[in-house]
Amino acid sequence: MALLEARGVNVAYTPARGVRIWSVRDVDVTLEQGEFVGLVGESGCGKTTLGFALTRMLRPPAHLESGTISFDGVDISTLDGEELRRQRRNGFALVLQSGMNALNPVRTVEHHFGDIFNAHAREGEKYLGAAGRTRGAELLDMVRLDAEVLSRYPHELSGGMRQRVAIALALALEPRFIVFDEPTTALDVIVQGAIMQTIKDLQHDKGFTAVIISHDLGVVLEATSRVMVMYAGRIIEDQPSTDLARGAHHPYTEALLNCYADPRADEVRIEGIPGNPPDLSLAMAGCPYEPRCPLAVEICKETDPPLAPLGRGRAACHVRAPAARAVAAEAPGAR
Amino acid sequence: MRYLRRKVLLFLVTLWAALTLNFALPRLMPGSPVDAALAKIASTGVPVTNAERAAIEIQLGAPHGSVISQYWDYLTNLLHLNFGTSFSFPTETVAQTIGKALPWTLVLVGTTTIFAFIIGTLLGVYAGWRRGKTADSTITVGATFLAAFPPFWLGLLAIYWLSYTLGWFPLKGGYSAGLTPNLSPSFLADAFNHSVLPALTLAITTLSGWVFGMRNNMINTLGEDYVTFAEANGLRPRTVALLYAARNALLPNVTAFGLSLGAIVGGSVLVEGVFSYPGLGNLLYIAVSNHDFPLMQALFLVITMSMLLAIFVVDLLYVRLDPRVRQQ
Amino acid sequence: MTIVTSAPPPQVPGAEAQVPLGPTSDAIPGPLRFVGRALRTLWSNGKARVGLVIIALNILVAVFAPLIARHSPTATDFAPYSSPSATNWFGTTGNGQDVFSQMVYGARISLLVGLGAGALATLVAVAIGLVAGYRPGPIDEVLSFITNLALVIPALPLMIILAAYLQGRSVWTIVLVVAFTSWATGARVIRSQASTLRNRDYVTSAVFSGERLFRIVFREILPNMTSLVAASFFAAATAAIMAEASLEFLGLGNPSTVSWGTILYFAEQQNALLSGQWVLVFAPGLAIALLAVSFTLVNFGVDALSNPRLREK
Repeated sequence: MALLEARGVNVAYTPARGVRIWSVRDVDVTLEQGEFVGLVGESGCGKTTLGFALTRMLRPPAHLESGTISFDGVDISTLDGEELRRQRRNGFALVLQSGMNALNPVRTVEHHFGDIFNAHAREGEKYLGAAGRTRGAELLDMVRLDAEVLSRYPHELSGGMRQRVAIALALALEPRFIVFDEPTTALDVIVQGAIMQTIKDLQHDKGFTAVIISHDLGVVLEATSRVMVMYAGRIIEDQPSTDLARGAHHPYTEALLNCYADPRADEVRIEGIPGNPPDLSLAMAGCPYEPRCPLAVEICKETDPPLAPLGRGRAACHVRAPAARAVAAEAPGAR
Repeated sequence: MRYLRRKVLLFLVTLWAALTLNFALPRLMPGSPVDAALAKIASTGVPVTNAERAAIEIQLGAPHGSVISQYWDYLTNLLHLNFGTSFSFPTETVAQTIGKALPWTLVLVGTTTIFAFIIGTLLGVYAGWRRGKTADSTITVGATFLAAFPPFWLGLLAIYWLSYTLGWFPLKGGYSAGLTPNLSPSFLADAFNHSVLPALTLAITTLSGWVFGMRNNMINTLGEDYVTFAEANGLRPRTVALLYAARNALLPNVTAFGLSLGAIVGGSVLVEGVFSYPGLGNLLYIAVSNHDFPLMQALFLVITMSMLLAIFVVDLLYVRLDPRVRQQ
Repeated sequence: MTIVTSAPPPQVPGAEAQVPLGPTSDAIPGPLRFVGRALRTLWSNGKARVGLVIIALNILVAVFAPLIARHSPTATDFAPYSSPSATNWFGTTGNGQDVFSQMVYGARISLLVGLGAGALATLVAVAIGLVAGYRPGPIDEVLSFITNLALVIPALPLMIILAAYLQGRSVWTIVLVVAFTSWATGARVIRSQASTLRNRDYVTSAVFSGERLFRIVFREILPNMTSLVAASFFAAATAAIMAEASLEFLGLGNPSTVSWGTILYFAEQQNALLSGQWVLVFAPGLAIALLAVSFTLVNFGVDALSNPRLREK
């Protein structure tokens, strides 16, 4: 059984005044235990929203409008309150983008750990004092931090250290599924590399399913085994990372890869993608990428392409992955 | 620690500025207050010794002597708590009059402030936590109305309905007529009885400031990442609300404490006046009615200095609350 | 004077709460268009709407006072201390004056002082706040110190002292005294916002392109602070109304002017409550409270405009 199965997830932002914005449209995601997945896309494509939806962290005005999310067989899309809180103990966690601000300024690191332990302690389990510190030190060690960090306040730590503490806190309950929202975006390149290495090692050792959300395709291709590309609230490509790096399939992914340049190359060519992403408050007929796509044909304007097999993965493109192939394959998602 | 040193310095400089302002004020006013004061004294027929006359002149503006020498004498007098005599209470020095009233105000304002701060903060936390729901609207609207009631009006109504009509509380004063202040239990009980209405009135009208401040801080704090992260880690809602959100939202409120104190002190003037409660506020009321400038000046000085002191103490307390200022 | 800090303007670190309009490319929108737009957005907020209605009613009563009041407010024609009756809807004062007419004319003073002192205090606050916030350095230090000093000195006692000394006996004295003691809160907030905006990119680019200081302040910075200034104004007006009433009540106003505060002053002097004249005490106080509340309510709307997080769902 897959660890996480999401079907038909639709998330909308409904502000008090103004139009409703559909930021995640009809998304299906299946994750097995131990997978290391990357979720990439440009700003506003819905990747962070999807990550929050999968970990049930959406806040008003964002709502899960429809769809089911099943974690380890339990439908968590309808849980709330105390039930949901208990399910978190069962094993899914979220690490926020700004590790800088993820820590309570007036509590020490040790207290952060203590709060988590005590929140989920079962009958008779109590992590006070020494026991809590020991466990905390273990977790800090996993993220390559010294035990003396326990007695520090957040403002006494550097940005990279705070991000590591945040990761350690997420690991406290030994989750089986962790979503990392832009874990390295706010850090400099050198620290980025160190953090990504740490995450990779942790994932390898502990075997949790990890989803890295990033707009940096390079970082993701480096670390993950599978990449999902999002555009305008839809997953438009889903491939093993090695395949994607060696020549992409969806025109959008191709264009994304072209945006990157090797700083050590003699001649550097950077191409942008002309045009703008579509207005997410409108319903879309046809492929959302069509206006900017060099390969667009008639059918692209009329029908939204389903994810169809392409190479070892899938892509949603009429031209590169015609839907006819999808009929034979297992087509996910009901309309 | 730089933070502490800065605060001490600030306190001393502000103190000096307030003293100087107090010195300059009567000298800047049109229609020489010192002449008016002396004339008033003369008209009441109360004999004034030369020393007392000199003290009043130093306070309000002597006709001769350079400003510098007056300033020096002014500061010296302050150090000796020599404020001269007032004509509202001619049998004692101003210092004595104030000395008798000070404890009453300290107790009234002190306990009311702490009380209002705690209740107001708790209500604000709850309103912010339950933002948008009925609890929030009720608390917000309620507090808005409470804030708009002039304290003296509320006091008058309270006297009318609770004291006059229902007879539950005494009409005025700090203690029943005929008793002399002492520390016996019966007197303290009587004093307490007399303080209930003034305290309640003052508390109700100053509560709202804390409610709003705390509510807004809570709303801003609740949007912070560390609150989201705490929820993601499955912490209990109460832990998140109190230890993560409220504890941080409290900080700007504490900083603002000093500023709100001014309003509380102002309110106490009106409340004490209405209830004839024997504190500094009531004295000010009397002084104003009698155009008793020496007393007014001295009261203003004492009130300002007490406030500065209170603010300073709160600043020191802040160090305990916010670890970020400790290592500066 | 009580604290009327409802949904106060964002505190110092909360300057981010201001949603910036960004660079103003064309001329500043015509003032009338701007006011119209502002009123419409305020009207959509429930609490602000109530506040606006109350203010409008007060203005109407004040303007049309001679038509609404049935008698002259100062004429001592009636039997003193009488209860509400057909001729005197609210009864009469100890001097035999009609209370209802006094209430109607009293609206003028309260509005005048509230709006006047509020506007004056806000003007001073904007001037000082902008100068201090925009130019870091010695000027800022001095102005900030003065502002902090003005903040810690207790306002009502200072007002009392000043009013007692000035014995100006005119409404304008009250306006000046109130404005003098209430500019500091607004100045502090405006200064912090100005110093945040000063570092915004569009201001930096304006400086680089050589725009003169005056134009930068008025075309780039000030338009992005309008709701903050508006909030300061309404808060100052609320405080001014309460302060004016307090001063009148203490007898520091001009006893011959008719205002809600003086009605209460005389009521207290003549022990109206003990002679059962509770309308004399209830009515003016309620009127003061309602007017003060209305400004605060409008401020809720202003605040929701600038801080999206506070917007009602």
